[in-house]
Amino acid sequence: MSAGAPQNRVVLGALLRKELRVELRSFSAVPAMSLFSVTTFVLFHFALQRNALSDDLASGVLWVTLLFAAVLGINRLFVADAEQGGFDGFLLSPADRSVLLYSKALTLLAYLLVLELVAVPAFALLLLGPALWPALPGLLVVLALGDAGIVVIGTLVGALAVRTSVRDLLGPMISLPLLVPVLLCAARAGAPVLGAGGAGALPLRWLVTLALYDLVFGLITFAVFDFLLED
Amino acid sequence: MYGKRLRALALTTFAALTLTLVLAFFWAPNDANQGFLQKIFYLHVPLAIVTLCGFVYGGVAAIMHLRTRDSRWDMRSYVAIHLSLVFGVGVLVTGSIWAKGSWGVWWDWSEPTLVSFLLIMLLYATYQPLRFAIEDPERQARYASVFAITAGAFVPINFVIVRLSTAYLHPRVLGDISANLPGRFQVVFYLSLISIALLWITLWRYEMTSKHASAQLRALRRLLAGDEDDALPRRSAVPTLSVSVEGGRAGGTPGVGASR
Amino acid sequence: MPRGRLEVATLAALELRGLTRHYGERLALADVSVDVEAGQTLAVLGPNGAGKTTLLRLLATLLRPHGGELQVLGHTLPAENWAVRGRIGLLGHEPLLYRELSARENLGLYGALHGLDGDERAGELLAAVAMERRADEPLRTLSRGMVQRVAVCRALLHDPELLLLDEPRANLDPAASELVEPLIGRASGRTRVIVSHDPAGVLAEADLVLGLVRGRVHVLAGAAELDAGALVELYR
Repeated sequence: MSAGAPQNRVVLGALLRKELRVELRSFSAVPAMSLFSVTTFVLFHFALQRNALSDDLASGVLWVTLLFAAVLGINRLFVADAEQGGFDGFLLSPADRSVLLYSKALTLLAYLLVLELVAVPAFALLLLGPALWPALPGLLVVLALGDAGIVVIGTLVGALAVRTSVRDLLGPMISLPLLVPVLLCAARAGAPVLGAGGAGALPLRWLVTLALYDLVFGLITFAVFDFLLED
Repeated sequence: MYGKRLRALALTTFAALTLTLVLAFFWAPNDANQGFLQKIFYLHVPLAIVTLCGFVYGGVAAIMHLRTRDSRWDMRSYVAIHLSLVFGVGVLVTGSIWAKGSWGVWWDWSEPTLVSFLLIMLLYATYQPLRFAIEDPERQARYASVFAITAGAFVPINFVIVRLSTAYLHPRVLGDISANLPGRFQVVFYLSLISIALLWITLWRYEMTSKHASAQLRALRRLLAGDEDDALPRRSAVPTLSVSVEGGRAGGTPGVGASR
Repeated sequence: MPRGRLEVATLAALELRGLTRHYGERLALADVSVDVEAGQTLAVLGPNGAGKTTLLRLLATLLRPHGGELQVLGHTLPAENWAVRGRIGLLGHEPLLYRELSARENLGLYGALHGLDGDERAGELLAAVAMERRADEPLRTLSRGMVQRVAVCRALLHDPELLLLDEPRANLDPAASELVEPLIGRASGRTRVIVSHDPAGVLAEADLVLGLVRGRVHVLAGAAELDAGALVELYR
């Protein structure tokens, strides 16, 4: 006697609730990511011996920091499932496999959003030369597209690395080269926005390239993800 | 299965490579600007092209592996990728030598081919550690295939993006030279491309044959050892081929005490 | 005997024919064939590395067969995996529960995954294993035995027809074992496959016994025909 196949919406909601609860009770990802980003800004200050960055340098430093903090989150994304609930519990149920992918992608996105809520103001406070407020709209667009890229690649690599014996090493090693194009496009798109002479226009070319990259790898992740879930 | 025509292939490759070397050194004229050093180009660019095609083929074989679940496709993908990694080191080395000789620097960020290659090599260098870190052979093969597909898609996309990023820095493009080559240069270039492609294919087939033969040998050994073969295999990044041995059932018969 | 009485064939709950699964170049399971009728209990015995867990995972649709045929609840696997998920309950070594969540929250999650409405069933099960009082505490504060009881609830939440049990009474004290018995024992009426390391104990509650050694079938007989002594041979 079994119930009918569960609705994707319901399953997604249940999985997201689980992610939220586990993260709020164990604090295994987001606090570390946020703290790490602030510490990295301090490191950059001392390494570059600058108080105020703008243009290319500002954009680059911001994105490198976000990327490294994101990698911490990618490492943690599947750990609770691999160690406790196990993918088995999900795989034994009649729920649609893709919903797991969506729930994990949305979770990583949530991690990144909270990270940026801390990192961007911290960056503006500690290292950014020009004012943040006028640059914000442009910056938000770049952050949105960059986050999409990190989510798409991070979910795939997180799932790939979690059930290996050296997951904390393989995660960054595999995801960072794949994220270089995201870094490249996002940093170049953000540079004029953080310009010393006032926020410039967004360079469309880099945004389009970034969006296309996100799309292509989004499709690839969607296509291959199921193969990572089997035993 | 893979050993057929191997000798013919090897001889053809040897002949092609020799011919290329001879023509490159004695027939093709020296470049007016770069002189003798320009001849590295006959090695560097074909190596790059063949390496990239090798990685993409690794991705295609991985797709076939996931679709058919046949371990032979996984072996093909593995051999292709690890051979291309070796050739790729050659690309970076010859590219560096040429850069040093032509422009006085061992590395140049405005050279998109070299930059793309560095990135691709950094990615593919994780392939074997990834395989080695997964003990279950079936899962190892599956995860490696997922990686190979993702990385295989990354190769062309990455090239385009890096090229875009260096487009405004007056790239000193090594690869574009082939479009502007006069007669003799072109002949030698294409001959070199064919030779190096043949070299890759020959080495690939050699390695496939060798791995296949080892797998058959192990299957024979297990058949002879019967049920006493208890030793657990060492951890390995190399794919396992499920082969059946001619003339013997891999399954064997139920042991003593079976009552049904 | 009334004439014309219909002989109704019992639908086999499990049909295995030459089931094979590799582990690299080795065979984890070789040529396993057995039929289990609905409501029957199959005991799977054998030393470590015999392939017992592999067999269980194959039946649970978590692994694909590499050879032979597998029919579970009338459906051919792996082609019809979707039709049997939701009708199988697995109770393995791992409880498959999130430690940061409470029993109720875990069961709520699994209920949603199985498309169940409401949480009455979860409440009933928790009461049946005497976990109601501590149903809202995070599992990491509970003992291993309590977590195992919650795992039993998880396995039964969707009222499965087929139960796959891997040493289900490990970690349970005698009192808990008694509580759990009507749910996962013979009296539950479900088809069961039990992996056990206790030949004598499992004979008492099994209809069929399958003995595996290194993936091969060494014993396959009705429980009534065997005695514990024959089974101990498997472990030599």
